[in-house]
Amino acid sequence: MPRAKLAGLLLFFLGPAVAIYTLFSVYPLVATMALSTYTSDPSGARHFVGLANFETLLGDALWSKPFWNALGNNLIFFAVHMCVQNPIGIALAGLLSLPGLRLKSFYRTVMFLPTMLSVVIVGFSWNLILSPLWGVAAGALKAVGLGSLFAPWLGLESSALVTLSLISVWQFVGIPMMLIYAALLNIPQELIDAARVDGLGQFRIFLHIKLPLVLPTISLVSVLTFVANFNAFDLIYSIKGALAGPNFATDILGTFFYRTFFGNQLQLGNPTMGAAVATVMFFIILLGLCLYLFLVQRRIRRYAF
Amino acid sequence: MRRTFKAAMGAELAALALLAGLGAAQAGSLKIESWRNDDADIWNSKIIPAFNKRYPDIKIEFAPSAPKEYNAALNARLDGGTAGDLITCRPFDASLALYQKHQLDAVDGLNGMDNFSDVAKAAWQTDDGKTTFCVPIASVITGFIYNKEAFAKVGVSEPKTLDEFHAVLEKFKKDGTYVPLVMGTADQWEAATMGFQNVGPDYWKGEAGRANLIAGKEKLTDPQYVAAFKEIAGWAPYLGSGFQAQTYADSQNLFSLGKGAIYAAGSWDISTFRGQAKFAMGAFPPPQPAGTTDCYISDHTDIAMGVNAASKNKEDAKKFLEWLTTPEFATIYANALPGFFPLAKTPVKVEDDVAATMVGWRQSCKSTIRNSYQILSRGTPNLENELWNVSAQVVNGKLTPDAAGKQLQDGLDKWYKPAK
Repeated sequence: MPRAKLAGLLLFFLGPAVAIYTLFSVYPLVATMALSTYTSDPSGARHFVGLANFETLLGDALWSKPFWNALGNNLIFFAVHMCVQNPIGIALAGLLSLPGLRLKSFYRTVMFLPTMLSVVIVGFSWNLILSPLWGVAAGALKAVGLGSLFAPWLGLESSALVTLSLISVWQFVGIPMMLIYAALLNIPQELIDAARVDGLGQFRIFLHIKLPLVLPTISLVSVLTFVANFNAFDLIYSIKGALAGPNFATDILGTFFYRTFFGNQLQLGNPTMGAAVATVMFFIILLGLCLYLFLVQRRIRRYAF
Repeated sequence: MRRTFKAAMGAELAALALLAGLGAAQAGSLKIESWRNDDADIWNSKIIPAFNKRYPDIKIEFAPSAPKEYNAALNARLDGGTAGDLITCRPFDASLALYQKHQLDAVDGLNGMDNFSDVAKAAWQTDDGKTTFCVPIASVITGFIYNKEAFAKVGVSEPKTLDEFHAVLEKFKKDGTYVPLVMGTADQWEAATMGFQNVGPDYWKGEAGRANLIAGKEKLTDPQYVAAFKEIAGWAPYLGSGFQAQTYADSQNLFSLGKGAIYAAGSWDISTFRGQAKFAMGAFPPPQPAGTTDCYISDHTDIAMGVNAASKNKEDAKKFLEWLTTPEFATIYANALPGFFPLAKTPVKVEDDVAATMVGWRQSCKSTIRNSYQILSRGTPNLENELWNVSAQVVNGKLTPDAAGKQLQDGLDKWYKPAK
């Protein structure tokens, strides 16, 4: 193929996507980074200040304390997803892919359903379920003799963040389940039959044959979880509001960014400082992705069938 | 899972607003920006038709946002040039900033502005008091609303002093039928607004204390402020079980279902209760601490309206604002929305008995506004936000009253240097 024609083809097929991506993703990102090097005075005029916003964010205790608190909470939020959501997703996918399981599509739908609900509805429902006044959680625990374990989980500093993480897990467990399920279906039947002939039971087939083969998918799911968790915002905002109470126990980078950028009640929004927070969030996610690409992705062996 | 990077949010918002704005904004029609989405019905069925009786040619659209998103949405629309013609003004700095950015016009020249006292206008004036940029609409009063049937059943009467108040709560707790005091701390602002700012003015002597705080003559670590925190810290045993996770909507439901005896109330709750509660209600002002004689109420200037400096239809917008200064509007507003009290000097008859009781406190007690609102929430950390957090923690028993005062004052000291 002549070079000119190849270039023309590339432009034809990639051009629109690059243009749209640049307009709606690259440009806002660059604009945000540019905005983070400015500050605005009461009249609304902006002045260039270089990296001063970042110095304030990381150096001034007034900003750095909530920032590190939010980052720490974000790590806990992520850890809960990694330790609960993904193992459950893998287990469910494993169960779903068992041969001879009846009502397969019914289970699949039921478990995927919450993922499609609006976060506001999820937040509202769980708020009601866990409410100490009208919630069914207290009654349900009492019915099985564990009534004394009940506490206003969403309102206590010690439990609010983990409770919110688990609500998020409940909502999104369908995504790792579906991705891993799809990968499991791709495993050639011959491999499994061979294992069966060798005398392995279903559980050991899953552990020794299927799981290693879906590892690339699992690592992909982990990255998706990482990006999603560090961008998370809506669930916490819909249940706890922008102040992410009690005492910022549920404050994550997303809510911290929102408060900074848009303000809250009498606090006016500070777009330039908000842009600085957003930029730092971007670099945290970038760093996480780079670590993943260099340390994990390169070592994953793919099996070609 | 979240899809996009948050940084794109601002740009997206602006782009969306731009698209939405292209369709709107034509002469002869006005759009009102407001956070009172609860009142959309009343604006559409009562207030706007009453205005149209006089000015049939001016079309008005009431376009409210959710209260907690209002400031953010409004600022984005104003910056993007797509905001409505009439802007409902939050008190103090939020609106002052809009005026300073030349997004609101001054309203001093309007007919009828002399129908408001200086106190009524204070929330929407420049710091020197020379320019007013919004027409005051209403204030809200905080106090306590109670279930009259519960009071009769347990055999108690309206408490006048805090000692009586505590005795009443204790009696309800012993009786066990009702939640003695209905308030939650999940949303945090209730503890600050209906707790601290409600019972507090009696301790810091209303406006005098507020002015001293701004002048730097008093500190939030002073005994009068710590005492207010001590009072709300004592409420925990009388609140509903699991009050730490009880939201504002939970509180409203709990009381309107008749399960609570006393509700730490803002007058804006009245219309909600009128629609839902089936029992007779009464109201009493914040009970007085021992040894005080004067009483103070939080009579907080809360709502006003200004004109968008970029509006294409300022003539009509001014007609509407002038109509807002008339007794006709005040009467409609006060009775359509019992609990929002007009600020105009001309007296207005309030039909609702609970609302009438609350506004009647203006005769016997001195009015003051929330002390965190003027000037003191200008910097970082923001005093109002801090107050929400700290008050909720005090009620939750996570922070002592002394530590609460210290945290607030330390935060204030970081950026506020009052002229001494």
